[in-house]
Amino acid sequence: MTMTNYQRRTKDQLAARVAQDIFDGAVVNLGIGQPTLVANHLPPGREVILHSENGILGMGPAPAEGLEDYDLINAGKQPVTLLPGGAFFHHADSFAMMRGGHLDICVLGAFQVSATGDLANWSTGEEGAIPAVGGAMDLAIGAKQTWVMMDLLTKKGESKIVDQCTYPLTGIGCVKRVYSDLATLECTPSGLKLIDKVDGLDHAELERLVGLPIAA
Amino acid sequence: MINKIARSVADAMAGIQDGATVLIGGFGTAGIPNELIDGLIEQGAKDLTVVNNNAGNGDTGLAALLKAGRVRKIICSFPRQADSYVFDGLYRSGKLELELVPQGNLAERIRAAGAGIGAFFCPTGYGTQLSGDRETREINGKQYVLEYPIHGDVALIKAERGDRWGNLVYRKAARNFGPVMAMASSRTIATVHDIVELGDMDAETIVTPGIFVHQIVKIDRVATQAGGFKKAA
Repeated sequence: MTMTNYQRRTKDQLAARVAQDIFDGAVVNLGIGQPTLVANHLPPGREVILHSENGILGMGPAPAEGLEDYDLINAGKQPVTLLPGGAFFHHADSFAMMRGGHLDICVLGAFQVSATGDLANWSTGEEGAIPAVGGAMDLAIGAKQTWVMMDLLTKKGESKIVDQCTYPLTGIGCVKRVYSDLATLECTPSGLKLIDKVDGLDHAELERLVGLPIAA
Repeated sequence: MINKIARSVADAMAGIQDGATVLIGGFGTAGIPNELIDGLIEQGAKDLTVVNNNAGNGDTGLAALLKAGRVRKIICSFPRQADSYVFDGLYRSGKLELELVPQGNLAERIRAAGAGIGAFFCPTGYGTQLSGDRETREINGKQYVLEYPIHGDVALIKAERGDRWGNLVYRKAARNFGPVMAMASSRTIATVHDIVELGDMDAETIVTPGIFVHQIVKIDRVATQAGGFKKAA
């Protein structure tokens, strides 16, 4: 074990870091899993409209226990609420909102992201696994900005930001930013660019962990 | 006189043929026409192609239809769930063909069928395994994949309220695939919880006009079951 002088962002700290960059008035889709945490950290005074792929704009938080309505669920099939001003619409309209470039930001999880923004987040390509894609491919290429939120390293310590994705692709060149537990990075056609990193992690160490050059 | 109100689920299901493509509405717990799926099992049509966002949960509804061996192929975006064991078993044993489609392509291919579109170029899935060997084209500097419509012989959908002309409104996120599936099928059967007189629904708010609907069946409202989706989420 190497000694480290830095601390990873916790899941809540990471969610708060993402939330900090969501601008007032943005229409946002938060992917299933970790990205849903972002909703809990939106800074006060910032009005953000949440989109859910199953036909909701203006999605609100989970209902109080006992008030669940199973006609009002999010993409992860959990009960949610509707804020005043919210709207329902059918699936083709919902995905037109993505593909048509009407959605400002989507935040997704990932298995791998390439330095130029290729995304792999729907399949590990494992033999015999049941494939499932849902709305991942539509979201990834549709939103004006696609952000990924993930740990930088796998449990084995391998970087999830790679030169070329080895897992099956979700989309090509679609990820603009990666928010991770150690650093926030921008994916550009010429490679990675640093936005910020946790205190105590020096640039050379970050490049060593990722295994790729990172423009300052 | 136009009267699309069917006396029973069994009456509505009459005539669905072996080999039919059946579009089934619903996403998660919302908008699944469970009574019509049960009616289809009862009716007995086999060798079906089923189009639904998912591939069934637990042992009821679509899972029961699969378990009864009536389905040859399923077209869906997200078959894998914590309790999709009926699908999982049939798929792994090669007894059920799967066409996996990104969710927005599924919706748009269904919409295209209803709108009379021959095929369309869509950016979703370009450069991925799911674009298969379909034609691609660069249009204004962006890459697209050719996608074909999905027609249904029958659509089974769940709405909230309807009238004898077949006009429908839905409830909350239970709308999901209902309106596009109704458009895309030669015959659309919808359940409603409420049948009202012509003119009682505000013409400005009718979501699916009756032209897309052929039969409606009134089903008493029951408390919606969680159906295992809480665990799957």
